[in-house]
Amino acid sequence: MSSVFLSHNNIFSAYGPDSVSAIAQIKEGVSSLQLVEDSYLLEGPFYSSRISDDLLNEKFERLRPTENYTRLEKILIASLSDTLEKADLEIDDRVGLIVSTTKGNIDVLEKHSVFPEKRAYLAQLGKKIKEFFQFQNDAIILSNACVSGVLALAVAKRLISQKTYDHVLVVGGDLVTKFIMSGFNAFQALSPEPCRPYCKTRSGINIGEVGSSVLVTADTRQMAREAVKIMGEASCNDANHISGPSRTGEGLFRSVQAALEQSGLSIESIDYISAHGTATLFNDEMEAIAFNRANLQKTPLNSLKGYFGHTLGASGLLETLIGMHSLQKNMLFASKGFQELGVSRPLNIIKDTTSKPLRTFIKTASGFGGCNTAAIFQSAKP
Amino acid sequence: MKPSSFHIASYCRIIDNNIVKNDEVLFTEKTGDLSSFLKKAYKHMEIRYPKFFKMDTLSKLAFIAAETLLKDSVEKNTALVFSNKSSSLDTDRKHSASITDSVHPYASPAIFVYTLPNICLGEISIRHSLYSENSFFIFDEFNPRLLTDYCDSLLSTGKTEKILCGWVDVDKQEYDAFLYLIARTGVYPYTTDELTRLYRKT
Amino acid sequence: MSELKQELKEKIIEQLNLEDISVDEIANDDPLFGQGLGLDSIDALELIVMLDKDYGIKLADPKEGRKIFESINTMAAYITANRTT
Repeated sequence: MSSVFLSHNNIFSAYGPDSVSAIAQIKEGVSSLQLVEDSYLLEGPFYSSRISDDLLNEKFERLRPTENYTRLEKILIASLSDTLEKADLEIDDRVGLIVSTTKGNIDVLEKHSVFPEKRAYLAQLGKKIKEFFQFQNDAIILSNACVSGVLALAVAKRLISQKTYDHVLVVGGDLVTKFIMSGFNAFQALSPEPCRPYCKTRSGINIGEVGSSVLVTADTRQMAREAVKIMGEASCNDANHISGPSRTGEGLFRSVQAALEQSGLSIESIDYISAHGTATLFNDEMEAIAFNRANLQKTPLNSLKGYFGHTLGASGLLETLIGMHSLQKNMLFASKGFQELGVSRPLNIIKDTTSKPLRTFIKTASGFGGCNTAAIFQSAKP
Repeated sequence: MKPSSFHIASYCRIIDNNIVKNDEVLFTEKTGDLSSFLKKAYKHMEIRYPKFFKMDTLSKLAFIAAETLLKDSVEKNTALVFSNKSSSLDTDRKHSASITDSVHPYASPAIFVYTLPNICLGEISIRHSLYSENSFFIFDEFNPRLLTDYCDSLLSTGKTEKILCGWVDVDKQEYDAFLYLIARTGVYPYTTDELTRLYRKT
Repeated sequence: MSELKQELKEKIIEQLNLEDISVDEIANDDPLFGQGLGLDSIDALELIVMLDKDYGIKLADPKEGRKIFESINTMAAYITANRTT
């Protein structure tokens, strides 16, 4: 079976319109989370990372749109256009498109929306992106809660290995909406402060907003400097509860084991873990249990939620892209917000951003519905 | 790349107040809306699972369809690969209405949790103790070609032994479930043509 | 108080979709979670919403819920002492 790589990529975020702008700030330890006071979205102030309208509209108008697009469509199209420009790829019938999102254009259900309710159907969102770039194949939408972003990469790899496509563009994103904020608030899951994954004083999540995209390909002529090879990937359910993280970390443990087995790599060769780390009490505890069961408690680990918040359908993809740049820069990024270990098992949380030769990382994510995904990536540099 | 040794062991179609398994009508009900139909089906099938009543309609529909096919299956390494058109929009509308209610705007955690299509995969995983691969795709219509390519990849890489695959959609009062179990033995050939035939026939 | 307890039982059955349970089957001192009615973490969150919506009680710390939702007796006592509507 031929190797499959992640290559050209984009992160469209509060940090700026591309991956480089996000990486530059993360390197400096700057979070993009800011206090938001918007009583329509949520009663009371909250921390979030949101793309500025000015930046979004400026970048989007340059693409010369000929019709009206929703905010999410603009974000996804802006992100994908940068990735496609870098890839310089001819879009023929061998190129696939996967959209990773949990809620898509859910804001069109709001009363003041100027878009028809039909736009809330996720296939419509896929169609808009497909048509904008004139993809020949229909978009595949993956909507698998908070593992969507990293599972989308696994799906892309599997479809390339299966010869369905030669290249797949994966694009992911979700909005910060009243719909989402009210739900997580009812779940008592929101933190009143910038989140602190794995920390003793953690008190929940922040919701953030990014668009991110990547070229997944088997073509070694298409390699960006930060390209990585997908070594193994797996997704296992907890079979325990639809919202509560498993007390044994079953699904995450199994996902990590299965991804490792497929990669043929030993635990020692994993240089770091890009974990989910939402900063809720139960999620972080579950991860600590699973990583200890997998004997990964000594491996350096970070959560990037302290920089972006939880970006839902984009998060697994976004955090994988940061991991690629981390390898390329040989730099372990600090787990922002962490002070003192607040889970019951040992974990090697990265406290300060440090330089270190890096080759391989594992990305994990867990979400509602009891889903978990783990994927292992290795630098494509010879 | 095609794992030729696999078959469709069984299939279930739920549409127009009928539950069909392998060409045979298991349950039918002339009148009533979807939720009363599903409740009657639950009683008819003599299922004892109080959590059923807490599920949203999409999960109930998926649960009943899965129950007909997994009841006798002992293989725990069974992946779930589902798809639909309306995602969880039926429940999304409920959450959206309750948070913008003019008298008492409230978010219900029990509704919000179902505003993701893959929750029904979680419900089925819990019911049948499946610690397996789960994915939920959204397409404009049932897409046997893409689902087959994806399932072939899971089977040929040894990630799973069996797959419960198909379509489960709820949109207001319209609904349609077509699930099939892919296994090493079975009566129907495992091809996209056969899937299209079974889907159109019922 | 007994009226409130009856009301709570009806609300719990209705709002938490306890289809197979009737009001008579819930004793005032039955544990609501664990072995009793078998309620789970989502039900607990739903009860917090119910306190707020129907009785005007906002729990500052969701962990308080554990004590309050022990049984119909403890719930009724807490609501009687703290209700604003």
